[in-house]
Formats: sequence, C-alpha cells, structure tokens
Amino acid sequence: METVTITMKNQPALYLEADNVAPDKFAGKTAPQIAELHVYEGNTTSTLGKYFEVAGNAGATAADTRIVVKGDVKKVKYLGMKMSAGELVVEGSTDLYAGAWMSGGTMLVKGNVEAFAATGMKGGELIIEGNAGNYLGSAYRGDWRGVSGGKILVKGNAGSDVGQYMLGGEIVINGNADVHVMTHAEGGKVTIKGNAKSKLGGQLVDGTIIVFGTIDVMMPGFKFVDNVELEVDGTKAKFAHFIGDTGERHKKRKGQLIYGNLYKKI
Amino acid sequence: MTKTVTDVVCPFCGTLCDDLEVVVSDDGKQLTEVYNACVIGTEKFLHSQAKDRVTRPRLRQEDGSWKEISYDDAAEYTAQMLAKAKKPLMYGWSSTNCEAQSVGHEIAEMVGACVDNTAAVCHGTTLIAVQDIGIPSCTLGEIKNRADRILFWGCNPAHAHPRHMSRYSIYPRGFFTGKGQKSRKMIVVDPRVTDTAKLADVHLQVEQGRDYELLNAIRVALNNEWLPDVVAGIPAQKIREVADICKSGRFGIIFFGMGVTQTLSKNHNIDEAIALTKHLNEFTKFSIMPMRGHYNVTGSGEVLAWQFGFPYSVDLSRGFARYNPGDTSTIDLLARGEVDAMFTLGSDPGAHFPISCVKQIAKLPSVCIDPHQTPTSGVSKLHVPVAFCGVEVGGNAYRMDNVPIDMRKVVDPPAGMLTDEEFLIKVRDRVKQLKGAA
Ligand code: SF4
Repeated sequence: METVTITMKNQPALYLEADNVAPDKFAGKTAPQIAELHVYEGNTTSTLGKYFEVAGNAGATAADTRIVVKGDVKKVKYLGMKMSAGELVVEGSTDLYAGAWMSGGTMLVKGNVEAFAATGMKGGELIIEGNAGNYLGSAYRGDWRGVSGGKILVKGNAGSDVGQYMLGGEIVINGNADVHVMTHAEGGKVTIKGNAKSKLGGQLVDGTIIVFGTIDVMMPGFKFVDNVELEVDGTKAKFAHFIGDTGERHKKRKGQLIYGNLYKKI
Repeated sequence: MTKTVTDVVCPFCGTLCDDLEVVVSDDGKQLTEVYNACVIGTEKFLHSQAKDRVTRPRLRQEDGSWKEISYDDAAEYTAQMLAKAKKPLMYGWSSTNCEAQSVGHEIAEMVGACVDNTAAVCHGTTLIAVQDIGIPSCTLGEIKNRADRILFWGCNPAHAHPRHMSRYSIYPRGFFTGKGQKSRKMIVVDPRVTDTAKLADVHLQVEQGRDYELLNAIRVALNNEWLPDVVAGIPAQKIREVADICKSGRFGIIFFGMGVTQTLSKNHNIDEAIALTKHLNEFTKFSIMPMRGHYNVTGSGEVLAWQFGFPYSVDLSRGFARYNPGDTSTIDLLARGEVDAMFTLGSDPGAHFPISCVKQIAKLPSVCIDPHQTPTSGVSKLHVPVAFCGVEVGGNAYRMDNVPIDMRKVVDPPAGMLTDEEFLIKVRDRVKQLKGAA
C-alpha cells in the first residue's frame, strides 16, 4: 500500500470543498498529478496543490492507496467523499460531510467531525475518535433511503439526528447522543453507550436502538414488552425491551406486525 | 377630491387579504385611508406616506455618515460587490413580488451566490418535512366552505394573521359550514394561553418542546395502542378525546406556525404533523397548512423551486443548485463565516438574526434594498430605498395556500424612485457585462 500525505499550507479564506480527497480519486496518480486535482472555494475552482503540500505517489488502485491528511483542516468539507476502498486518515478535526456516501475502505478521523458525516453511507468503516456533529449516518436531505451498510464508531458524543432513514449498517456511539435517533428508520442498528435525550425511534418502522445510559423522555409510541439478556459488543447485561413506534405504519410478516426495537440497559 | 381603489391586496402577512379599499388623492400621489385591513395591514399602507422617508440610495462613509448617491452608482456598487465575491449571500425575497425575485435569481446564477429567503428562520423546516414525506393540503377557500375541525398548532393568528379566522378558518359561513363558528370545533395546541387559545373549544397546553411526542401520541391513539398516563403534560384521556374529535369531523385542517417549526424537533414536528394528517385521512378528510408569515415568502419558495428545484437555501456557488439546510442555510453560512458578501432584499435580518450573524453582516461588504430604514440598512454599507411593493407597484405574490394573487398599485412612489425589479435589472445588466456573459 502506497501512502500520500497532504498537509495544509494555505488556509482558505472561506471553506474548501475537497470532494476529490479520496483514495479512488488519487489512485494511479503521482504527487504532482494529485496536486492538480480540483478543489473549490465558493465559486472559485483551483487546485489541491494551492492549499496542500502533497507528498508521495498513490497506489495503482484505491485499495492500494492510503491518504494521510495533516494540518488544520477544520474548514475543509467532503474529505473521503464516495471512497470505495483504501484508507484515509485525518490527523485532526474536519468539517461537514466526512466520509459521505462512502461504500468501502476505512476512514479514521483523530479529532472531531461536523455535521453530515457518513451521509448515505453504503459500506466501509468510519471511525471518529472525537465527537460527531448532527446528522451522523443520516440520509441526504430529502432522500428516504438512508445509510444502508457499513460501520460507524464515534468515541465521543454525537449530535442530533443520528441514523435518520437508516436502512442497514451499524452505528456505535461511546458517549452521549442528542435528540432524534433513527427517525423514520427501516433497518440497521444504533448503540449508545452513554446517555440519550429524547425522541428516540420516532416514526421508527424497523431497526434496533440500544441504550446503555439514561433516556430523558421516551416516545409515547414505545411500549414495554419484557426484560431480556443481551450481549452487546462483548458486554452481557439485562435490558428492558420496548417495541415501536406504535403510531407508525408497519410491515407484516406471517400475519404479524413487525416493530422496531429499543433496548435500555437496567 | 379623492377616489377609492377597491379589491386591493394587502402586502403584509401570508393571508394576503384581497378585499381592501384604499382612498387616494385625485392625482394618485397620496394615500389617505385604508378600509377592511387589520391594524398591521393598515399601518403598512400608511407607512408609505411617512414624511421622513429615504428616497435615494445612500452609501456609508468612512466617518459613519451616509452620502446620497444615484441609483446608477448604487447599481454599480452592488454589481461590483457581487461579481467580486467568492461566495455572496443573497437573502430576503419575502417582501417583494415574484417578478423581482426572478431577476434576483438571474443575478445569483451569474455570480454563483447562495440564495435564501426568510423561510430559513421560519417555515424552512416545513419545507424540509414536505420534501421528506409530502403534504396533503388544500386552499383557504376549501377551508372556509368545508372545514369543521380546525387545529391551530403553535401559532397565534389572533395576533400574527389577524383576519385569518374571520375570512377563512373560524367565523365565515361557507357552503357546507352555514353556521359559521358554530359548525366548527376549534382545537389550539400552545404552551401559552394566547388570545387564539382563549377562543378554542379545546386548548392543549403542551409542555414546551414536546410537540413531537404529543403528535405521536395522537397517532398512537388513532391506532388504539397503549399510551403512557401523561404525554407532554397532557393526560392520555384528553389525547384520545382529541383524536376522536378529529376523526368525527367531515373535513379537518391543521394550521401550524413557528411554535412548532422553530422549537425543539423543528422539521420532525412538521413531519409528524403531516404523518398525523395522512393518518387521519384513514378516517375522514384532513389537510394541513403552514401559517406563512411574510406576504410573499411562499412566492419566493415557488419561484426558487421552479427555477432551481429547491424552495430555499439554494447554493449556486459551483454552478449547479445544491440544497442542504445546515450547510447552505443563511444562519449557518453567516455563523460559520462561509460567505464574503451580503445582499439583502425584502427582509430584515438585522432585527431577527442571532447577534453573532448580525455582527458578521456588519463586517462584510453589504447592500440592503428596502423601502424602510431598518436595523439591516443600519449595518449595511449601501442602503437602496425602493418603492413599496403592493402599494406603489403591483406584481405577483403567493398566499399561504400557494394561490398566486396579483397585487395592485394604488399610489405613485415619490418622484424618481425605482422599484425592486427596476433596480435589480440595472444590477443584472451590469453583472452581465462584468462577467462577460452575452
Ligand atoms: S390579515 Fe394579513 S393580509 Fe389581511 S389585512 Fe391583516 S396583515 Fe393584511
């Protein structure tokens, strides 16, 4: 695997849209060629090399390419967008749409990400060592088909609207989550190791939410079924099992209504 | 002598009343009286007659004073500012006609701007919800003639849309609602005992920030499922009663306002309210409608949507239209420092935005186009006063139910003043030259 290191040298005056920073776009290119890739600051198109120092050549394919992003990229959007293979490491924090629509490979952010990380994700793995902003692993605005695969791990906290319209895949938040988790979801799983606020599973059709900490306010559309023993991420514990959203429409399987599930550790 | 102009349209709130009568002097230069309008509507007309009105563009000088300049110089300044910017923001559009909006959008496309209207701080969340799950709606005429179940959720028409209840929703005797108010059941959901709530048959005093739960609970009740004893401060029994009242009507309508669009859950509140409306259609006929504020914010959404595909917060910076509130929305653009020029027309962000955003406007190159002197004109580098739309110039506007209505000109503007559209055409033609577009 070949490594390309890009280091911020000239901060943008506004924000930078760097949707070409992904192993798929770098693959098969030399450092000077990579420096020629387009980036956008407002209505102005320029090159990656104008803002970043580029070192190292990419591998022949995305899978053979590892990108390391150094320096302050808090004002850079779309890092890792649509990546399908390979690796991307962001040494610090980054802005909106980190790993949006990724379908494979691994992206690691050592700091925080702002909103819309892993929007519409289809596969691969996104690891965020800090906190995530709002709309982590949600559908793109207006799309009713959200995250369908892949794995997201947030070591810190997450904002509101985690996993909206989720269809599949898995999100684990080691810290706390803000309001609205898996709204409108029809599949997939969100685990919150810390505390949750409210509006969990509103309009949930199908899918699973697991909460280790507290829930401030439960949705009225969730009713208690029983207590169960579960093993989550190697931890065995007892959970109260609720089903819902009972106000929402649900599919039937063998004449039985299929509900979403919410487990709260007791 | 005076003459009376009839069927005048009120350019103030989204009710867009079209039955006003305005008395003007014989030479058509002075407006003396307004009939049929509510207090705020009347004020809007009379304000155009203010003696201290600014009638020429003014440019801010180094020492903070204003210097009067010509409309041509003002157009040059505006065109230069927009053409030079990397990401200009063109905000407002809700208090002008659709014709001016359309010219504004041409400019926006040429300079690669972000275009946004006041929905960004109002009913934008409604538009998000509508895009997410659609909307079963109707016209105000249908409500007047048919509706016998009226819900006002998080809105206070008694103060914000003063003639709404008398013209359309509560008092009028319509075709199937011959007994007026007596043929209707009125439900108000509001944490406060507002003047609207005082008129209601049922007032649900919902706990603040728990509208989403309450809407959900009504849907749970419709499904005859288990409910907790109390949801959002309302006993389950009461929630089931309200569900029954809604079900038993022949035609119901949910009106909602900023009490749900801009409080916790935002678009999700509307999303769930629309889902509830859809749900109620399994039992009877139900519709839902936002109580739009500015008289032509609906029109701005319409024009943006037919030109660019999205109703607000449109980012044209990369040459194609993108839309994602949170990224492309005005408050976020200003608060995050994403734009480098601010153009305001037909709105007053200086009075309504968070202070951090107003400070940001003050730092940027800025132009404010507004007939009034406002907090926004106060922080802008250039203030371009224009004719009052709907008073001194006609044009098209959309009522809150998406019905387009042609406004009427009733008096002349002060001599030499331009309209929004005329000024924008000057700017557009200059931008065309600067950008080298044919
Ligand atoms: S209700 Fe609205 S449109 Fe009607 S007169 Fe009053 S301000 Fe004007």
